[in-house]
Amino acid sequence: MYEFNYHRPTSLAEASKLLAGAADGKFVAGGQTLLPTLKQRLAAPSDLIDLGGIAELQGIKVDGGSVSIGAGTRHGVVAKSAEVAKAIPALAKLAGGIGDAQVRNMGTIGGSLANNDPAADYPAAVLGLNATIHTNKRTIAADDYFKGMFETALEDGEIIVKVTFPIPKRAGYVKFPNPASRYVMVGAMVAETASGIRVAINGAAPCVFRHKEMEAALAKSFSADALKGIKTDPKTMNNDIHASAEYRAHLVGVIAKRAVLAAG
Amino acid sequence: MTQVSMTVNGKTVSRDVEPRTLLVQFLREHLGLTGTHVGCDTSQCGACVVHVDGRSVKSCTILAAMANGSQVTTIEGLANGDTLHPMQEAFRDNHALQCGFCTPGMIMSAVDLVNRNPNPSEETIRHELEGNICRCTGYHNIVKAVQAGAQAMK
Repeated sequence: MYEFNYHRPTSLAEASKLLAGAADGKFVAGGQTLLPTLKQRLAAPSDLIDLGGIAELQGIKVDGGSVSIGAGTRHGVVAKSAEVAKAIPALAKLAGGIGDAQVRNMGTIGGSLANNDPAADYPAAVLGLNATIHTNKRTIAADDYFKGMFETALEDGEIIVKVTFPIPKRAGYVKFPNPASRYVMVGAMVAETASGIRVAINGAAPCVFRHKEMEAALAKSFSADALKGIKTDPKTMNNDIHASAEYRAHLVGVIAKRAVLAAG
Repeated sequence: MTQVSMTVNGKTVSRDVEPRTLLVQFLREHLGLTGTHVGCDTSQCGACVVHVDGRSVKSCTILAAMANGSQVTTIEGLANGDTLHPMQEAFRDNHALQCGFCTPGMIMSAVDLVNRNPNPSEETIRHELEGNICRCTGYHNIVKAVQAGAQAMK
């Protein structure tokens, strides 16, 4: 790692001020992506501003219609939350399958969403469940948030404060992890929400996306059979050493069907 | 330099370190606690697992400064004098190690697992140990040891 200055603010205002005052500052939450990146010298921030000491980023709140998760909440806490498991079982299951136990003990939902790794799990939950992202400046709808590979609608210095998930009628998340790295090769969050059926596919393409053709088919009949024959264009898929675009396109159909079955 | 203070295996320690110091470097190089190993250095293998405030973490992927003020337990902090921790004893009894390089991390992960889930099934153990890699034993005896250790920890 290159040298940097380290700060641990206790409020959002202080964090913003520290970033504004740094030559090339970066926020760090759980650090499970950023620290490996720094160790490989792929990034060289002048200042690291640790959001881990900000109390208002912590915690889970469930009310009648939604689950709100503070951006600094670790995956392990979401996975073990009885409240989340009751309100949105698919969300608790998704959190419990991220990385490994030690990564889940450090990694945070805000960090995962700010990074928007194509192979991350949480983007599928946010897009599939039609969540709202609350930042220190505004609220952003899931459909407006994910912009491309590692790209989001967040502006410089904008900090995710919490994410609000409307409780769906039913939802299922299934992923096909890479057998070695356990990163998502193809994942699907399928949900019946108040605003209709949503199918979010992660891992497969440069950015999480909604599969509109599958959504239309499931709106007519919410069953795995409804997805039969629906093709995914390999030209839109990632093609790398882990899987060809054609294989990923095939997996999208298989995994989406399993997610429908998981939704029940 | 930044001052880092924490409680490690019950003892309060304080050092001035570079902000980029990893927790595992702090433990091994500044405190001389070399029981915590560095295997892959890319947060995959789990040889460096320690507990920070009761949660198992990969100490190669957390800055010492991020653990400032925390309670840290390493493999050296498990035994009570000459009496091994029940999980350490279970690893010995079940021949759950060959070269032993991954063992400190395996045991720290296993203790955290059992603290959260006192009766883990074989499936749970295999899922929870996904972040620990052993290249000798093939995991079978490790899973047996964790089951035995869980019983002994009651």
